[in-house]
Amino acid sequence: MSSARDSAASERAGGAPLLKVEGLRKSFFGVEVLKGVSFTLEAGKALGVIGENGSGKSTTMNIINGLLPPSAGTMAIDGRPYAPANSKEAARAGIAFIHQELNLFENLSIAENLALQAFPRRISWLPQIDKARMRARAADLLRRVDLDLSPDMLVNRLAPGERQLVEIAKALSGDARIIVFDEPTTSLTSREAERLFALVAQLKARGLGVIYISHILEDVLRLCDDVVTLRDGTMVDNRPAASVTTGHLIESMLGRPIAELFPPRSAAAPRQEVALDVRGLTQPGIVHDLTFRVMRGEIVGIAGLMGSGRSETARILFGLDPALSGTVAVNGTVIAQRSPRACMAAGMAFLTEDRRGDGLLLPEGVLTNVELARLADLRTNAAAPLPQAMLDRDASEAARSVRIKAHDLVRQPVLSLSGGNQQKVVLAKWLLREPAVFILDEPTRGIDVGAKAEIYGLVRQLAERGTGVLVISSEVEELLGVCDRVLTMAHGEIVAEFTWPELDRAAILRAAMQRQEGAA
Amino acid sequence: MWRFLRRLLTSEYLVLLLTALYVLCLWPFAPEIVSAQTALEVIMAMLPLLLLAIGQTFVLIVAGIDLSITSTMAFSSVVAAALMTGDGGYLAGNALAVPVALIAFLLIGLAVGCANGLCVVRLGMPSFMVTLVAQTFLSGAAIWFTSLHSTSVSIGDLPAAFSVIGRGGIAGIPYALLLCLVVAFAAHWLLGRTTLGRWLYAVGNNPRAATVSGVPTGRVIIIAFVLSGFCAALASIVYTSRLETGTPVLGQRVLLDVIGAAVIGGVSLFGGRGKISWVILGVLFLSVVDKGLQLLGLSQSIVFAVKGGVILLAAIIDALRSRILVRVAA
Repeated sequence: MSSARDSAASERAGGAPLLKVEGLRKSFFGVEVLKGVSFTLEAGKALGVIGENGSGKSTTMNIINGLLPPSAGTMAIDGRPYAPANSKEAARAGIAFIHQELNLFENLSIAENLALQAFPRRISWLPQIDKARMRARAADLLRRVDLDLSPDMLVNRLAPGERQLVEIAKALSGDARIIVFDEPTTSLTSREAERLFALVAQLKARGLGVIYISHILEDVLRLCDDVVTLRDGTMVDNRPAASVTTGHLIESMLGRPIAELFPPRSAAAPRQEVALDVRGLTQPGIVHDLTFRVMRGEIVGIAGLMGSGRSETARILFGLDPALSGTVAVNGTVIAQRSPRACMAAGMAFLTEDRRGDGLLLPEGVLTNVELARLADLRTNAAAPLPQAMLDRDASEAARSVRIKAHDLVRQPVLSLSGGNQQKVVLAKWLLREPAVFILDEPTRGIDVGAKAEIYGLVRQLAERGTGVLVISSEVEELLGVCDRVLTMAHGEIVAEFTWPELDRAAILRAAMQRQEGAA
Repeated sequence: MWRFLRRLLTSEYLVLLLTALYVLCLWPFAPEIVSAQTALEVIMAMLPLLLLAIGQTFVLIVAGIDLSITSTMAFSSVVAAALMTGDGGYLAGNALAVPVALIAFLLIGLAVGCANGLCVVRLGMPSFMVTLVAQTFLSGAAIWFTSLHSTSVSIGDLPAAFSVIGRGGIAGIPYALLLCLVVAFAAHWLLGRTTLGRWLYAVGNNPRAATVSGVPTGRVIIIAFVLSGFCAALASIVYTSRLETGTPVLGQRVLLDVIGAAVIGGVSLFGGRGKISWVILGVLFLSVVDKGLQLLGLSQSIVFAVKGGVILLAAIIDALRSRILVRVAA
């Protein structure tokens, strides 16, 4: 401790770094979750922080944000000791957080959101808001983040990317000097992400320090000057981004060489039977004349930009949204009245893109969640007794087979599981029914690399057992690695089809974008 | 010490402990609170409340609320009374009068529940609004219906075969208690051991996830309201036969008690959480508080004020409890 303080004092003499973190430790109930993390952030630089879920990223950031006191270790800003007691003090010290879940008030306008900390008053001792000044300040901040919108617009009308920019504007309004981004691109389209990256470069050029946390290693390498890797609460790597590749990063995150992120494809097995047969599916303004097939044992991907109709297609296929015309057949039988129940009865399963919103009963335990979809299959009266022992046995078996890490399958709420384990719970729920057709929408969003590899393996195993799999993803690499065939959608239509081994990243992206721009 | 307090606050049986504590505190001032007579009176007072609270629990579990139960009771009470009253009833003197009246009670309960559920599901209206309107409508209808059949404010002269339900019993066990036991056991079994039970909790927890997982969400919500209406009808039978009159003001004041008892027991107003055993303890607690205040000889207005305070306290404990549970999980 004292040596850390001494070194901070010596730094002050020279050009002290913007933020210096030294030997940070944290224990919860005697369990050490952070075992000495040190790094420095210079002004005008970006620092990437990576690690699997549970590696200590969030704990480190919570300490920097004043939400948790460290058990040991010191922090300094400009060489001056920095020990925030709460997030207000952190904000005063010039640290702003852009959270994964945005903290904007949707029912208020952009200007009101930006002025929330201190509304400008017309007369200082009267609580009457000076709207003109509030709007002028908001307009100025919006210009700084290149967002061409009226300050009076309500936040609930903004796209996710625009909200993010408003959040950044809010950080700038507080005169932040260090901006921490926590998984900023999860809900952004690729174009919005590009805009965000340009802004990050601008922030750096203006002399601000940026801490960038993300699972998307390509982005981290592209944006950051240095990368810190955490594993099990220990800092295992800290080096310039220019000297590493994503392969190195994955290895240091996992602590073992990752032979293959993607499972090997099965040697061209004969695929004669059609699992999913979609013909002429049309819903005006959403999708137009979709016709495609997924064979048994085949993994088909759908690529496309946000708004191309890829997620909407999945919802229509599963009967959650209506379609004006077209048919969907599973194993040769057309599903007459599509509803989730009818589709499930025909053998479909659907892992939605919004795991928390449509996938899980968050306060319930793993088994209750896994058993939920199975209940519809019990061809008995709803008021008849449940075969509880059988259900629990099968569900535990499914939970084990996908390797869910939970200390109590019955009592621990899935709310407290990591993103990867939550996704495995949803996966187990559907695997239990041995679906004939499995639709997965963004199966690995917000999940660390280790869990990703496991999920790809499970999907491949499922296909090898004869299921037709449809994977929808915004990550083209994922489709390239997993799929046997990739369909590209733009403006609600299938505009291109690629078959392995002729899967080409550039061609897929070109197909997804060209039509989009041509139509705009 | 802190850990002990936390264990206590998060315990399912906190309410039982509070009940015992309350009785102990009152013992020196009103010694008759610990007596077989008082116990019997508390139990008898509990029964119809418990029926209502059990029905309400189904609706609370699917994240709804049913404010129409008291008016359902009042309306079914006067309609059934008009059927069987000896004073110019439709079926006066007929041997079938009582069975038909009982069927009328239940049909009205089921119909009101069904209408509530349909409005909530098909029209997407908030259950608070739907059942509040139903409450106003039915209580008005009950008064109007009474005025058609009686010159007084209620319909009396009910057959003896009917009043026996509320007052009689087998081998010293009142019929009402038997009915209550059957309903409580059936509800407990339905929630814990059947597909429908799982579906009710799932819909209350996350209706979107439930729909995606193949739960017939709309039907489940309608069933919850129908069960609530059915229980209200049963409670109405018990109350009406005890009073031996059909009255349009039946149970006007118990609505808050019913919802309060469920919440005190630990049923969440946000849906997805609740057990019949908790509800029984909640109703027991409120009934004991009520009885204790009566024994102290306090006026009715003070009893109301104290009960309001107790329900508020329970809500505060509920909020504290969920905060602690979140912290434990994190």
